[in-house]
Amino acid sequence: MFSNLPLLSLVIWTPIIGGLLVLVTGSERKGLDARVVALLVALLTFVLSLPLFSQFDSTSSAMQFVERSVWIDTFNVFYHLGVDGISMPLIVLTTFMTVIVVIAGWRVITYKKAQYMAAFLIMEGLMNGVFASLDAMLFYVLWEAMLIPMFIIIGIWGGERRVYATIKFFLYTFLGSVFMLVALLWLHSQTGSFAILDYHAARIGLNAQILIFLAFLIAFAVKVPMWPVHTWLPDAHVEAPTGGSVILAAIMLKLGAYGFLRFSLPITPDASHALDWLMITLSLVAVVYISFVALVQQDMKKLIAYSSIAHMGFVTLGFFIAFMIAGNTGSFKGTVMGIEGGMVQRVSHGFVSGAMVLCVGVLYDRMHSRQISDYGGVVNTMPKFAAFMVLFAMANAGLPGTSGFVGEFMVILSAFKANFWIAFFAATTLMLGAAYTLWMVKRVIYGKVSNHHVAELTDIDSREFLFLATLAVMVLLLGLWPAPLLEVMGATVDHLVEHITHSKL
Amino acid sequence: MTAQTYNFLPALPEMFMLGMICLILVIDLFLSERSRVVTYLLSQATLVGTFALTLSLYGTQPEQTFNGMFINDLMGLLLKLATLIATFMVLAYSRSYLREHQMFSGEFFVLGLAAVLGMMVMISAHHFVPLYLGLELLSLSLYAMVAMQRDSVAASEAAMKYFVLGAMASAMLLYGMSMIYGATASLNLGDINIAVQSGRPDDLVLVFGLVFVMVGVAFKLGAVPFHMWVPDVYHGAPTAVTLFVSSAPKIAAFAMLMRLLVDGLSGIYAQWHDILVVLAFLSMAIGNIVAIAQSNIKRMLAYSGISHMGFLMLGVIAGNSGGYASAMYYALVYVLMGLGGFGMVILLSRAGFEAERLDDFKGLNERSPWYAALMLFFMFSMAGVPPFLGFWAKLGVIQSLVATGHMPLAVAAVLFSVIGAFYYLRIVKLIYFDKPQTGEPIRASGELRLVLGVNGMAVLLLGIFPETVIALCKAAMGAV
Repeated sequence: MFSNLPLLSLVIWTPIIGGLLVLVTGSERKGLDARVVALLVALLTFVLSLPLFSQFDSTSSAMQFVERSVWIDTFNVFYHLGVDGISMPLIVLTTFMTVIVVIAGWRVITYKKAQYMAAFLIMEGLMNGVFASLDAMLFYVLWEAMLIPMFIIIGIWGGERRVYATIKFFLYTFLGSVFMLVALLWLHSQTGSFAILDYHAARIGLNAQILIFLAFLIAFAVKVPMWPVHTWLPDAHVEAPTGGSVILAAIMLKLGAYGFLRFSLPITPDASHALDWLMITLSLVAVVYISFVALVQQDMKKLIAYSSIAHMGFVTLGFFIAFMIAGNTGSFKGTVMGIEGGMVQRVSHGFVSGAMVLCVGVLYDRMHSRQISDYGGVVNTMPKFAAFMVLFAMANAGLPGTSGFVGEFMVILSAFKANFWIAFFAATTLMLGAAYTLWMVKRVIYGKVSNHHVAELTDIDSREFLFLATLAVMVLLLGLWPAPLLEVMGATVDHLVEHITHSKL
Repeated sequence: MTAQTYNFLPALPEMFMLGMICLILVIDLFLSERSRVVTYLLSQATLVGTFALTLSLYGTQPEQTFNGMFINDLMGLLLKLATLIATFMVLAYSRSYLREHQMFSGEFFVLGLAAVLGMMVMISAHHFVPLYLGLELLSLSLYAMVAMQRDSVAASEAAMKYFVLGAMASAMLLYGMSMIYGATASLNLGDINIAVQSGRPDDLVLVFGLVFVMVGVAFKLGAVPFHMWVPDVYHGAPTAVTLFVSSAPKIAAFAMLMRLLVDGLSGIYAQWHDILVVLAFLSMAIGNIVAIAQSNIKRMLAYSGISHMGFLMLGVIAGNSGGYASAMYYALVYVLMGLGGFGMVILLSRAGFEAERLDDFKGLNERSPWYAALMLFFMFSMAGVPPFLGFWAKLGVIQSLVATGHMPLAVAAVLFSVIGAFYYLRIVKLIYFDKPQTGEPIRASGELRLVLGVNGMAVLLLGIFPETVIALCKAAMGAV
């Protein structure tokens, strides 16, 4: 029944138009509750995105649900949408997390509710558009436009240093993106097209490839974020309201990783190969060094931010380790696992980090503090909450049975094929990740009730239970039975590996 | 010598305008203070009538008249239409402002229309003499308009500065023209072009003339290092006049740039290319960096305008029809955005109070989410963030740079646009993240509300559907 609907357009435009509707109807004086409208829109979008998953043909690596019409004829820009195994799960993740975010902001946000909800809905549509666009200019427009609602969200509903954080966030990302724009325009001048798939097929010399790769790298590395351009994330993360942090951690960071798979690897495979040492080094620095940084954090959200950077290091490591394996073994066989591992990690991290941020949000709403030292013995007053928090912390540390394990394990396994020491350093995350996460949990959750504020805490209500439980189910489901996700990605990743095997020189 | 009959048709809009100016001047004499609105309505009607007449020429073949002094081509036609629309919006924006500031007098409208006539003549000039005539008609009207608030020291100072510097720039331009005349023995741009292409004229004299001509053009555009007047005039002039000075004349200045360099001197592209590179680079750099230090929004928008002129010149630097089209598009887009920006200043100003400090924008979102959103559109558009109009303008010029191999300049342009983003973001920050200093509701006449809303929606919707305007610009430059 869904086959005739332009599903991708629907998941892009439903939330955007819904967001405008929320803005119009939800003014402070008049009746309609902005939150109800927003929830309905978010749910509708989520439902609309489900057929993308259920009707997805996982045996095909071609773009599916394709829509194509002329947008700007003179620039040769098309409104060209389509998804494959790389992008489809992320769209579903986005629509899912937006529902969670709307529910999470239900009671917490009291100032300009309508604008808050509308900003998230509009951003949802834009993010879906980024994942779905097959036209480079459409991609770029949405990629940049996405910054506006996030800028507003952090700036209006954020913490004390929100202005600093949000301007830093915007300028960092903007600076990264403009280089990508120049690279895209150069590709346009060479191929006469803005179609991403045309770029995949374009033959480009090595020097040009390296320049393009670096331009893309600046854009995507900022977004991932990779060391050393990661410093905006802890600031933005800490200052953003809970919902904003969830979207930042769960979706926005994935955009950078997505960019590598959609642009860098297929458009500049030879440059990716030539510079794989750089990418692997940066990833390992993120994994090891940032983990140590996370260890010393006093602020829970900052800790989660650094842990996100470390986990995203795994994603990029998985993507680029492929080239080193190919260099060692002479074939791209066995590289699929690294890339797939990175992709699973991407989705898993979306759930886990989103859940962790929400947990911190739950505490923050009660205590108005994110300092670890202000807590202690929360389990005594909030047993249900403590159970969830411990589960998510375990997942964050990569415990088998949770989703965090699957991706990390796959990446480490394939890293062994490349080089023992790379695998060794990557594997330290299992230790370090456990150390910083569990140490935080120990200090916050366990022990004696540390002060009278903690003693007065009330356990989570049914609204909070609802979103934490949903996420818990997803984390366990993905950890115990990742097959559906892997299956969806399978054909696409095979095709990608096949594609990057062929030199473009 | 027999009397020649000229084809008056291509210049019909200008003639109509001239007639109406005289008529309004006379009618205004007999109007009482209370019925001054008639002057306003007549002026708007004149603009609409001229618009209709100009539009009726659409689709005709390019033709020259008055011995090749006057040309009517698609570029000129579109630029004239844009000038008329911009002026129409300026008058609509400023009506209530003029009333509140005791400037609602016939002179304002007559001078404004005379300036428009000057611009139209400039846009259609195919000869040094009408070019210079149009320029002077425009400039003299603007000097007087800036000085209209007699009691304001700042305005008088601005007018004085504008006049002295402007006169000097005109003199430079004239001197440059005489040099080019010396080299090519012609004042007609078409003949000059043929002469320059032939390579016969003495290069030294020609380049010497070119440099002086460029000074005049750069002054009109407000490009660094001939930008000194821009912030002072924008700041000192009453906001309604700033609105005018910053909008339509930029279109005319762009036309002058195109007529002189492309229609007349395309043979020495290599020479003016280098000059433009320096001007564009400096304008983007100084404009964007100095704008950060401003605490007065009119000065900030002035420096932002300087940087936009730098971007505009990038398109001309590309030196092909695609590049010219992108520059033309940039000019039109800039005017629309600039109108919106200064329009917001007008909106927040009240009798005896100019909302020109950045702090006056604090907490606008609390006072009115709608106007806050409009200002957000303008600011992000100026910063070149999609999906707003300004993005496509920047994209166009950068694309033409990349296509013609000006890679370093393209990278510099995007870097400066990032630097520029900072001060636009600061405005958004003031509007959305800060608490208002006054809880006073915003009062605005219906007309102002309407034109501001249309302007804001145009910045958004033309950004989402940019095809039409871009296609028109490309057609005008013959780059389809």
